Amino acid sequence: MNWVWVNLDVVAGRTLDHLVLTVPPIILTFLIAVPLGTIARRYRATRGVILTAGGLLYAIPSLPLFIVLPAIVGTSTRSPLNLIIALTLYGVALMVRVVADALASVDHGVRQSAIGVGFSPGSVFWRVDLPLAGPVLLAGMRVVAVSTVSLATVGAVIGVQGLGSLFTDGFQRGIQEEIIAGIVATVLLALVFDQALVGLGRLLMPWQRAQAPSALTHRRHPA
Amino acid sequence: MTFFIAALAWLADPAHYSGPGNIPSRLLEHLGFTLVTLVFASAIAIPAGYYIGHTGRGRRLAILVTGALRALPTLGLLTLVALWVGIGLDAPYVALTILAIPPILAGAYTGFEAIDRTTIDAATAMGMSGGQVVRKVEVPLGLPLLIGGLRSATLQVIATATLAAYIADVGLGRYLFEGLKTRNYDEMLGGSILVILLALVLEGLFAGATRLALRMVPPATGLLPELTR
Repeated sequence: MNWVWVNLDVVAGRTLDHLVLTVPPIILTFLIAVPLGTIARRYRATRGVILTAGGLLYAIPSLPLFIVLPAIVGTSTRSPLNLIIALTLYGVALMVRVVADALASVDHGVRQSAIGVGFSPGSVFWRVDLPLAGPVLLAGMRVVAVSTVSLATVGAVIGVQGLGSLFTDGFQRGIQEEIIAGIVATVLLALVFDQALVGLGRLLMPWQRAQAPSALTHRRHPA
Repeated sequence: MTFFIAALAWLADPAHYSGPGNIPSRLLEHLGFTLVTLVFASAIAIPAGYYIGHTGRGRRLAILVTGALRALPTLGLLTLVALWVGIGLDAPYVALTILAIPPILAGAYTGFEAIDRTTIDAATAMGMSGGQVVRKVEVPLGLPLLIGGLRSATLQVIATATLAAYIADVGLGRYLFEGLKTRNYDEMLGGSILVILLALVLEGLFAGATRLALRMVPPATGLLPELTR
C-alpha cells in the first residue's frame, strides 16, 4: 500500500496517458460504426462483407496488430497514434454488428407509419431508427468502452505509456503493489467510462429509464 | 510493403526451421499451451455453467464475475501471477486459465437458457428425469452456444499466450519480444503474422463447428434465433 501513497503522482500521470489512449478510440468507434452499420443494414450486398471483415478483425490478437499496423499505416510502433488506430479498429469491428442488428430490430410498422405521416428518409433515420436502436447501441458502446480501457494496457510492452506501464515497471522491479495499483486503476477507469455512458444514455434517452436491461451488457441496470 | 517482403523473407528463411526455438516447435508450443489451458478452463467452467443453466442458481454471480473479468487487464494479471509464483510456465497457465473461464461459463449457461421452456416442459412431461433432460435435451441444444463460448475463449488464449512470452519463454510471442529487444522489425513482424494466421485459422475452424452444431439442432426446438448466430 505504501508504494501507492508515495507514487500517487505516477499513477495519476499514467491514468492521464491512458485517457489520451482510450477516449479518442471510443468516440471514433461510434462515429465510424454507425454509418458503416447503417450501410450494412441498408444494402444487402455489403452486409456479408462488412460483418465478416469485422469478425475477422476482432479475431486478431492485440499485440500482433500493434506491431503489424505501423507497417501498413506508417506510424511508429511506440507512438500513441498507433494504439489509437488499433483500438478504434477493434471498437468498430465489434460495433458494426451491434449497429446493424440494432437498426434491423426497429419495428417495421413504426418505420412505415413514420413514412406515412410524411417523414423524409433522413428524419426517419435521425428521429425513428436511431432513437429506437439507442438502448442496444448504448449496450454495445459500454462493452467497447470497457474492453478498450483493458486492451490499451497491452501497449506498454511495445513502449506506449499508459496504465499498462505500471505492470511492466512493477514486473521488472518486482513491486507487487505497483501491478495491483495498475489493475485497480484500470478496472476503476473502465467502471467510470461505463457509468458515464449509462448517464449519457439517461440524458439522451429519458424514456428508457423504466425499461428492462439489455442482455448484451451482462450487467445489472440500476433501474 | 518493403516491411512485409522483409518479414516474408524472415518467415521463409530455412535457418528458422531448425535448431532451438525454430518456428514449427514454437508453433506447436503455442498450440499445446492453448489446448492445455482450454482443457483446464473447460473442466471448471462447463460443469459450473451447466449447473447454473439447469438450476438457474448462481446466475447473478456468474453475470457479475464474467462482467468484472472483462475489465481485468490480461497483462496485469500475467505480471502479477508471475511475481507470485515465479518466472516459468506455471504463471501463464494459471493466468490464462482464469481468463478463459468466463467466456466458456457464459457459453455453457446461456446455451441452456436459450432453449425454449416448452421444449424442456415437454421432455419432463414425457417422463424424463432431471438427468435425462440435461443429457438428452439441454446439452445437445446448448451445444452451438457452448461452441461460441469456446471460440471466444480460444481467441482470448491465443492472444494472451502471445503476451505470456513477456514473462515466460513460451510460444510464438518469443519472436515478438526478441525482435523488440534486438530492434529486429522483420522478426517481430514475421512472428506477428504467424500469430494472426493461427488465430484466423482457428476462428475459421470454430465458425465451421458452429455451423455443424446448428445443423444438428432440429429446427422446431425453438432456440432463440438471435442467440445462435
